[in-house]
Amino acid sequence: MAEPVFEPIRGAYVHLSLGERPHRVYFEEAGLGIPLVCLHTAGADGRQFRHLLNDGAVTRHFRVLAFDMPWHGKSLPPAGWQDEEYRLTTQAYVDLILAFCAALRLERPVVLGCSIGGKIVLELARAHPERFRALIGLESAAYQPPWYDDTGWLHRPDVHGGEVAGALMSGLIAPQSPDETRWETLWGYMQGGPGVFKGDLHFYRVDGDFRDRVGQIDTTRCPLYLLTGEYDFSCTPEDTRLTAEKIPGARFTVMTEIGHFPMAENPAQFRRYLLPVLDEIRAAAR
Amino acid sequence: MSAASAHASILSLPDLVNGDADLVRRGRYLTATFLVEVGEREFLVRVVEGRVVAVEAGPFLMRSWTFALRASEEAWRRFWEPTPAPGYHDLFAMKKLGVARIEGDLIPLMANLRYVKDVVAAPRWKARG
Repeated sequence: MAEPVFEPIRGAYVHLSLGERPHRVYFEEAGLGIPLVCLHTAGADGRQFRHLLNDGAVTRHFRVLAFDMPWHGKSLPPAGWQDEEYRLTTQAYVDLILAFCAALRLERPVVLGCSIGGKIVLELARAHPERFRALIGLESAAYQPPWYDDTGWLHRPDVHGGEVAGALMSGLIAPQSPDETRWETLWGYMQGGPGVFKGDLHFYRVDGDFRDRVGQIDTTRCPLYLLTGEYDFSCTPEDTRLTAEKIPGARFTVMTEIGHFPMAENPAQFRRYLLPVLDEIRAAAR
Repeated sequence: MSAASAHASILSLPDLVNGDADLVRRGRYLTATFLVEVGEREFLVRVVEGRVVAVEAGPFLMRSWTFALRASEEAWRRFWEPTPAPGYHDLFAMKKLGVARIEGDLIPLMANLRYVKDVVAAPRWKARG
């Protein structure tokens, strides 16, 4: 009989108090070294980082951690969820990231976030630069004009939320991305709980307009890298460029043949852009 | 691709769709007529339980349809390229770019969105071979 094949990823649950309510948050980790906390996109979960967690070139030098936000993946909603509408806010998202890093005693981690995760790193850079070694925003902008007006499509009884989320997100993946990772990315969207994707977009579209504040970011206190895929029409390269122009020292790169989900839709193409950034962060740490 | 071939792409939908059993299965709950505008030409695509039973070329004087997908001939031509450029790779990308419009009763469209997107993109898969 063939030997079982195990990946080097370990999963665990950590208890966090968020908004004075107890939460049980699932995360996965692999590797040793500089902590690298990864933030998934809206309506998805930490599985988007499975390729990064399995990438020896990264885990040789970085302790990669990816949590499922409450309401997402294996992190349950808090008790009492059945009587409320989930809505992510800037403050709640920052508190979650800080609470996770504190609970795991992470010392000046790097945070890499995509989409809503990319947007929140802008707020981490503005408000908490001293807590982080470097920040990496994928598909990140202070503001991005919406591409459909009504997020209500994502949560109504006559349209299947998972099916429509997958069908909408399919367009944000580059045509060059391999079928296997394309469809795995969409599967994540098809699995979201009712109203959760919509609730995340409250932060992405309403509460997270940072145009008035990204100019306060001081990249001499914490380096900021912004990488955006050329096929992303939710957060376009132009949206990110406008943001980068307001932040002296921000490093902006357009990734070719990539859409809105770099680490998930085309891991091989994404690491060509990420590894040099991680090398630079590591060199600065020495 | 000329205007004639853009029109031919729309007219080829019955063959492209009905020959794909999985696509027909995914559309099995959709029975509707939708309008596709290619520049100045209009086409009515009649879907019955996932099968494209007819594509009728306009002009029309007074016809009913459930939803409409409108774009220039140039936009559709770029949309159907084997590897489309950014902005032309998806119906909603073209809408964001301002070269396509989506109108009408959107509930059947959104309830069957993967199916409808796959139907209109079918000529691309044919172009890819």
